[in-house]
Amino acid sequence: MKMFTCIKYVPDTSEAEVKLNAEGTGVDSSRFSYDINDADNYAVEESVLLKEKYEGDVTVVSIGPKSSDVMIRMAMAKGCDRAIRIEDERIADHDPLMVARVLAGAIKDQEFDLVFTGCMAEDYGQAVTGVALAEILGVPHAAYVKKVEVEDGKVKAHRELEGGLREVVEISLPAVLTIQTGINEPRYAPIRGIRQAQKKELKVMNLDDLGVPVEEVGADASLVVLEKLYIPVVESKAEIIEGDPDEKAEKLASILVKGGLV
Amino acid sequence: MGNVLVLAEHRQGELRDISIEMLALAPSVAEALGGEVTVLLLGSGVDEMAGKIAGHGVKVLVVDDPLFADYNSDKYQKVLSALIDEYKPRLVMLGQTAQGADLAPALAVEKKLPFVPDIIGLEVEEGVIKATRQLYSGKVNAVVALKEADTGLVAVREAAFEAPDPVDAGAVEKIDSPLKEDLDYRKFVEYIEAEIGDVDITQSEILVGVGRGLKEDKNLPIAEELAELIKADLCGSRAACDAGWLSDDRQVGTSGKTVQPNLYICMGISGAFQHVAGMKGAKTVVAINKDPNAPIFAEADYAIVDDLLKVVPSLIEKLKELKG
Repeated sequence: MKMFTCIKYVPDTSEAEVKLNAEGTGVDSSRFSYDINDADNYAVEESVLLKEKYEGDVTVVSIGPKSSDVMIRMAMAKGCDRAIRIEDERIADHDPLMVARVLAGAIKDQEFDLVFTGCMAEDYGQAVTGVALAEILGVPHAAYVKKVEVEDGKVKAHRELEGGLREVVEISLPAVLTIQTGINEPRYAPIRGIRQAQKKELKVMNLDDLGVPVEEVGADASLVVLEKLYIPVVESKAEIIEGDPDEKAEKLASILVKGGLV
Repeated sequence: MGNVLVLAEHRQGELRDISIEMLALAPSVAEALGGEVTVLLLGSGVDEMAGKIAGHGVKVLVVDDPLFADYNSDKYQKVLSALIDEYKPRLVMLGQTAQGADLAPALAVEKKLPFVPDIIGLEVEEGVIKATRQLYSGKVNAVVALKEADTGLVAVREAAFEAPDPVDAGAVEKIDSPLKEDLDYRKFVEYIEAEIGDVDITQSEILVGVGRGLKEDKNLPIAEELAELIKADLCGSRAACDAGWLSDDRQVGTSGKTVQPNLYICMGISGAFQHVAGMKGAKTVVAINKDPNAPIFAEADYAIVDDLLKVVPSLIEKLKELKG
């Protein structure tokens, strides 16, 4: 089974304060720490699990800077076989349809059975790239996949719907699956794998190498314009409990008990 | 023409709320574009649903055909594609849901539509459609303009808009299915209901919720001890359930449970909209989080900006003293 797994290097902003850059055109990323997008980490694991079960190989594809090589090597340490990193400033990377076109450029002329993406990236949160990629490649897809069963050239994908409900759909291979978090338990890279990963092929390509015209994936090709960014005001009606941790705990305990809440 | 076409969403015989929520936005946008709102309903035996939507004063186009009994991305895309060609709506709206996110990107690629996903605001400025969406889990907002095109596409976030009340009866029009035969590209197999766990958190009076800020499972006993002390049940964010700290039936949010406790103490939960949508019914909310800008504080009645690993053990001691 031949697989491609698309991953993205994203900042961890879960507990970080996010500020705009001086021009207001993007965020000040100088103090962020970056790692693999959470859902993509599960996508890597799912592709490696299928490789172990059915034999085959996995090619990692990622659009990002040289600093993301550490993430790509880690995916290879976990069992992916080779990687393509695409770096080109001309890509309108705020538009997931442009991103999908670039990814398709790296995959379309090669043989593949399954392409995996995460269902959503934590930074822009659009949940678009994987499904768009399937349409560009002209193959079926399933989004928000929580379980994958492959048999007889078909895949049964369990899609996560709202409220804990799941929907099982059957599609023929080749196909694109966008993977939801929690589908598996991503492994830690073994030491031996980390050593081997250094020897695996990591090809760095730009749009010209891929044969993707900039007219199809640049700012002029994008049908949407990012006009403005701003930091939304969190309007809180909350009573803020001040003090050192013990004082805060004492005040809260008092509120809970005296208020009859516990 | 400045018409707005809204795709209604339903599942297992029930109209989904997003279908009506989109009508909080669609009429003003249609007016600004100089057109009208039409809702498209694809289904089988959906007269009642069509009537309910029409009760919001809009025209409903119904394709009533057994082929549309269940959602299927492939069939939906074919129909929408044909209807976009026929009706040339200025804007198509659908939900950013498990259905919409499975459908809209492919439709946007096929029809070369300007597309903005997961929007929380929509305006028309000098004829240009502009959508507001969130980046970085709600820490940054972006205004995205759709370039000039015959038809644009937006996917609207669930529970971001309050469903308007019914006004007066619109019209229901049945149209022939543009899809003449079944497609076998993608086959719907079955639904699998959520597993029922040992505790039904939708019925809990007091909940202690944990999120990514708990860091690792060895810290879980802190939450467990607090929960036991105040007779609460434990629940969590997606991150907590994905990490295996809690079973999936304890997940609060759009893809998990909707809860309505008297008291919800959430710790280390940033307050992603998916989680918040599941806890709107909580009466009193206490939030403990290190990030003063965490969206969870917008939902809180009492806020503690601090490390839960420092505050909660101390809280347990103080509660023990007070409760004797």
